[in-house]
Amino acid sequence: MIYENLPDARGHFGPYGGRFVAETLMEPLRELEAAYNMLKVDPAFRAELDKDLALYVGRPSPLYPAERLTKKWGGAQIFLKREDLNHTGAHKINNTVGQALLAKHLGKTRIIAETGAGQHGVASATIAARLGLKCVVYMGADDVERQSPNVYRMKLLGAEVIPVQSGTKTLKDALNEALRDWVTNVDDTFYVIGTVAGPHPYPMLVRDFNAVVGREVITQSQNQLGRLPDALVACVGGGSNAIGLFHPLIQYDEVKMYGVEAGGDGIETGRHAAPLSAGKPGVLHGNRTYVMADDNGQIIGTHSISAGLDYPGVGPEHAWLKDIGRVNYVSVTDDEALEAFHELTRVEGIIPALEPSHAIAYAKKLAPTMAKDQIIVVNLSGRGDKDIFTIAKREGISLL
Amino acid sequence: MSRIESTLSALKARGAKALIPFITAGDPHPSHTVGLMHALVAGGADIIELGVPFSDPMADGPTIQLACERALIHNTSLWNCCAMVAEFRKTDSRTPVVLMGYLNPIETRGLDAFCTLARESGVDGVLIVDLAVEEAPEFAPKVRSFGLDLIFLLAPTSSDARIEAIAREASGYLYYVSLKGVTGSASLDIDSVTAKLEQIRRHTALPVAVGFGIRDAESAAKVGAVADGVVVGSALVSQIEKHQSTPEVLPDLLKSQLAQMRAALDALN
Repeated sequence: MIYENLPDARGHFGPYGGRFVAETLMEPLRELEAAYNMLKVDPAFRAELDKDLALYVGRPSPLYPAERLTKKWGGAQIFLKREDLNHTGAHKINNTVGQALLAKHLGKTRIIAETGAGQHGVASATIAARLGLKCVVYMGADDVERQSPNVYRMKLLGAEVIPVQSGTKTLKDALNEALRDWVTNVDDTFYVIGTVAGPHPYPMLVRDFNAVVGREVITQSQNQLGRLPDALVACVGGGSNAIGLFHPLIQYDEVKMYGVEAGGDGIETGRHAAPLSAGKPGVLHGNRTYVMADDNGQIIGTHSISAGLDYPGVGPEHAWLKDIGRVNYVSVTDDEALEAFHELTRVEGIIPALEPSHAIAYAKKLAPTMAKDQIIVVNLSGRGDKDIFTIAKREGISLL
Repeated sequence: MSRIESTLSALKARGAKALIPFITAGDPHPSHTVGLMHALVAGGADIIELGVPFSDPMADGPTIQLACERALIHNTSLWNCCAMVAEFRKTDSRTPVVLMGYLNPIETRGLDAFCTLARESGVDGVLIVDLAVEEAPEFAPKVRSFGLDLIFLLAPTSSDARIEAIAREASGYLYYVSLKGVTGSASLDIDSVTAKLEQIRRHTALPVAVGFGIRDAESAAKVGAVADGVVVGSALVSQIEKHQSTPEVLPDLLKSQLAQMRAALDALN
């Protein structure tokens, strides 16, 4: 099987992916797939998207040599792909710009989104404001509380934020609620899914819109270094920033790839959000993938200090990449991520979000095992301003 | 002929409409479910749809979400649901029972193991909300090989091509979702239901039951006038929610609630 051709026509990555939704959404998904397949090769659509990415998002984002960090860790050279410097402060905007253009071309007047950390919600509210679309964001009630700066941002941008009280009150429940909204308002509403999960064609189109990250890394590493990196490291919740970095480089066998899941209190405690490390194949939110479920098939609650990684499933393409052994999936704990957060902040003057702090923490373990002339690219998928309240609270510091 | 087919063809022969109540197994407590099933039969049920609780019921509205949460507090599993049907079968060998739920609990247990146990327990049919016909090429023949009917949903958005593909894989009956929305939604547009049923019947001779938006005798009669059967779920489940702390009143309540719809349907012929 030629990897680049996945997913197949039915949206499958090997045994994963597909379209497991109630009948009402099947035809709208087929229409979305047809529209996307037409628009993605349409030069006018491409030009509009490229223009937005350059002039609104601020691409390309730098590939930054973290020299002090490299010296401190004493091994491979660390480069940071600065997705935190994008407009709205994370990679999420790459995808929302693309999906909002799709919505516009499909004549939809209202967009809905689910959000965990709030970054995707902010990115959706942002592009909705710019295009004059009505925007509703579903967010787990627990996440609303721990990510209050982003909630306020969304409201400033004119979005309606609906706290979701059902289930575990986190990202998975927000996704359920967004799907319920979509099934009810499918005529005028476009569902902007924020990660590479959900029913086909979402895992494909969200990947495609994020793949600009990996394409830039190829060009930048060749220009700045004269060669490709030896290793890529990215955090994996649903997996959109990771797939965006990995996908264009999958064809280069010499490039090793590491997806870092949220180990929470430690995999052995069961309190984590690492379905690839400790879950099993199942069906959730419209696709077959690795999920965290009990012996009866009920999805179980996850735990991570990072709201953006606090999800019991993962994109189906990651499930496939795990099974074929192309990507190594690992995990780091809350404590390790926090330590990495502080280290990057103090050593390089860059405050990372808690999500990519997981990737930084793993790079710290990886770097000393590699030679000094080798190169690691870490996807710094978002900035940490949104997390300072969470971190202060955990460290017993009052900000008010 | 399966128990579902013979039930529906007997009804058709005398010009009657099927009344198909839905409750969630294990709600408000697993010990009540079998008693409630018998009460539904006493109230005039022709087929029972028994909901298998799932942690992430993405096609359900708040009423059935909460029912799932109540059932899951008591760890009501797919295996428990089969045991409840087996218990029900001890005194009712006539009323077909359809298990309705989501795919993950079935896949977790394994399709073969599930079909074997379901068949042994006296289950007649399976409706898996998130199993689209495209994803069912191996699934549907397997389920049928165990003598179970596989019931599929049709929706207002289903195209002619999809209706045809679904009807080819379905057996027992088809479940037409009357509106774009989740379970428990209020609005029912009988004209659009009528038009869609005409379209569906151009592709299949299977009986078509209609659900979503049927709350009382009046809406049951409206739908019964054009469909082969009516499904009522959230209206019953909200009674269970309301009286969860005094569950002993539920059998009589559900029985009389259903009996009103039964009377309205029977008044049609």
